[in-house]
Amino acid sequence: MLGQAGQIFVLVALAAAMAGAVTGFAAGSLRSHGLLRWTQTLSRWFAVSMTAAVAVMETALIRHDFSVKYVSEVGSLQTPLYITIVSLWSSLSGSILLWGLILAIFVGAFTEWSRDRHPENTPWSLATMLVICAFFSFLIAGPANPFTPAPSPVPTDGPGPNPLLQNHVLMIVHPPMLYLGYVGMTVPFGMAVGALISGQLGPAWTQALRRALLIPWGFLSVGIVLGGWWAYAVLGWGGYWSWDPVENASFLPWLTATAALHSAMLPSRRDALKGWTVTLVLVTFVLTLLGTFMTRSGVFNSVHSFTQSDIGPIFLAFLGAVLIACVLLLASRIDKLAGEGANPTLISRESSFLVNNLLLVGLCFTVLLGTTFPLIMEAVKGVRLSVGEPYFNQVAMPTGVALLFLMGVGPALPWGEPSLQKVAQALGPPVVASLVALGLGAAILGTSSPWTLATVWAAGFATYVSVAAMVSPVLTRMREKKESVGGAFTQAFLRNQRRYGGYVVHLGIVIIVVAVAISHAWRQDTEVTIPKGETVSFAGYDFRFDMVEKVREPHRTRQQVVVTVKGEGEEFVLRPALNQYEMSMNPIGSPDVHSTAKRDVYLSLLKIGDTNESISLHIYLNPVIAWLWWGMFVVIFGTLLTLFTIRRAPESAAAPVPAPQAAK
Amino acid sequence: MNKKLPAILVVVAVVGVLGWLAMGSVGDNLVYYWTPTELHAAGAKAGEATVRLGGLVKPGSVTTEGNATLFLVTDGKDEVKVRTQEIPPQMFRECIGVVVEGTLGDDQVFESKKLLVKHDENYKAPTDSTVKCPDMPMPAKE
Repeated sequence: MLGQAGQIFVLVALAAAMAGAVTGFAAGSLRSHGLLRWTQTLSRWFAVSMTAAVAVMETALIRHDFSVKYVSEVGSLQTPLYITIVSLWSSLSGSILLWGLILAIFVGAFTEWSRDRHPENTPWSLATMLVICAFFSFLIAGPANPFTPAPSPVPTDGPGPNPLLQNHVLMIVHPPMLYLGYVGMTVPFGMAVGALISGQLGPAWTQALRRALLIPWGFLSVGIVLGGWWAYAVLGWGGYWSWDPVENASFLPWLTATAALHSAMLPSRRDALKGWTVTLVLVTFVLTLLGTFMTRSGVFNSVHSFTQSDIGPIFLAFLGAVLIACVLLLASRIDKLAGEGANPTLISRESSFLVNNLLLVGLCFTVLLGTTFPLIMEAVKGVRLSVGEPYFNQVAMPTGVALLFLMGVGPALPWGEPSLQKVAQALGPPVVASLVALGLGAAILGTSSPWTLATVWAAGFATYVSVAAMVSPVLTRMREKKESVGGAFTQAFLRNQRRYGGYVVHLGIVIIVVAVAISHAWRQDTEVTIPKGETVSFAGYDFRFDMVEKVREPHRTRQQVVVTVKGEGEEFVLRPALNQYEMSMNPIGSPDVHSTAKRDVYLSLLKIGDTNESISLHIYLNPVIAWLWWGMFVVIFGTLLTLFTIRRAPESAAAPVPAPQAAK
Repeated sequence: MNKKLPAILVVVAVVGVLGWLAMGSVGDNLVYYWTPTELHAAGAKAGEATVRLGGLVKPGSVTTEGNATLFLVTDGKDEVKVRTQEIPPQMFRECIGVVVEGTLGDDQVFESKKLLVKHDENYKAPTDSTVKCPDMPMPAKE
């Protein structure tokens, strides 16, 4: 029953999206308001029925209705309720359904937002988004249909979701965040295509585009860091990022979206780079499709590639079609968007944006090259190989330091054609600050890792500039308007909330990059075997193996070892474990971490000896890892500040009405 | 003089440096993935490079020697002796699929720096069916 209901909702969604795409393009070319209204109605139909389909699937999962094929594949009577709920995204066809739901939310939101706005661009944009919606509805209705009946006889129980995926609570949030980031890129993509077709990219549309880009960018950032956090907490190899193709797949669109967010700030000021910004938005969307293809089609063997499926070729065909459409559209329309701004001088804020964009796109290209190189080699020469981590590190470290440096230099430089004297004035104090940071870094960390020191130096620069940019308006107000500290800060903040948000994001990124650099350079690890009751010392810590505990849970048996750790005036107990799942053959390791601001002590249980008399551990001492996760929260906070402004103040210089001056 | 010239120079410099970095290091960091048959077929070439060797742990071949663990990796046609200083994880056992990363030494023993045991239920090691693994509990389904 539930299976059929789900099928019907998916088919309604498919029909609505297809019809809406047709009426949308018709509305655009005929400039018909009536057809636009039809398109909006059909878009709502798509959103509602897709949401209903997901609700049906959740009901089937919760009720353990094993007559639905997807439930029979990932459901299990032993699985706790919260895992049953999130097993919507524990396998391929379910995760595409989640994709559909998020698409419904974003496209539905765009439909409401654009109801009476920008009639020149909206029909094209909505039609483009509905084409994407139609494709995903088609995947759900056809090749990846989760609602098909289970082969008879209907099973009485199922295997449960992949053990690796139910081993940690982060699995509940990481995939939806990443999907919100991926799928959300559909909206800026549609908006960019709309602007390209109509040839109209005014300041208001640019600002809306930037906002539409910022929302999925925030989710993508969180999704990427959470993915690293999950890998760290679950996989037990003591690291969080290994340049795995699937990790890269999420990083690539992040790089181009970051570039687009920055270049989109320029058109509103200088009217330049419009075509470039639009190109970046299109590339970002294509990269999210590529990322999904790499993640889901099984071309790479990884944690993320679920059972081989036949959606790979279909997805590849769609990817190719989108790519060709984008290239044709850009080739024929980009001259419509040619900017007519002045040429800034080499040392100006505009140039720093340009270099920032080049570096981000360059890094994206090199990571893409390293990621797809094995695929190309296998296709062309029939050899299987992988590109090692050193390749990515060699490229990413210098680029990362350069970007961090620009994050400091850019905002410090004046716009336009500043005189050298002004430049020197602007850069003097942060140069001093960066040298202080360098000195402190060298004193604390030593000089064994030049790249880390370079990172610390650039971080000092960027931190000083970001903080100064937030503090100086407050000081100015206090001096000129004689306001109190609190009053001046409130006023400065309310007037420049978006800019403050941007600087907070910058600070978050600085924290993350520094944490990555230090934890990468100074991690220590070893493998040890400890007999019961005895102690092993490593890097200033003593590890004593006390006993093995066996914990039975409904869906798994947990064998955890009790290890008492002593060192640096602390004593604590860690319990790394091996989890044996009901329906799985092999035990899954589950590491345990003691985390402080200064360092993580991370224990991964390799094996428990016969008769529980000894254990083998992999011990990792990872400095400052916790800062990585904290940096993520700072980025979230900054993004929210930028998105939700308390006071609506037109910041754009090109806004038709001059900003209202506050009555004193 | 054109005002655009400095900007173009910057573009060329950035693209050039990144391209040089990428091209220079992609070749140095390739890790080939071979089966024992392919490893032996590669001959002398195999002695220099870091490779990943994939196959099944041959039944009855696991021994220890001090801190090291030795075993044979087989693809059903050919086999390679592997030595690792790592402690093999709990699920390491005979007949399980492994990937070892390291180099083939002059003594024809493969020195593994990284031992990966494939715990994906769907993973199929690159072998034909001639390896006999009688007492293997097979995964129920895929």
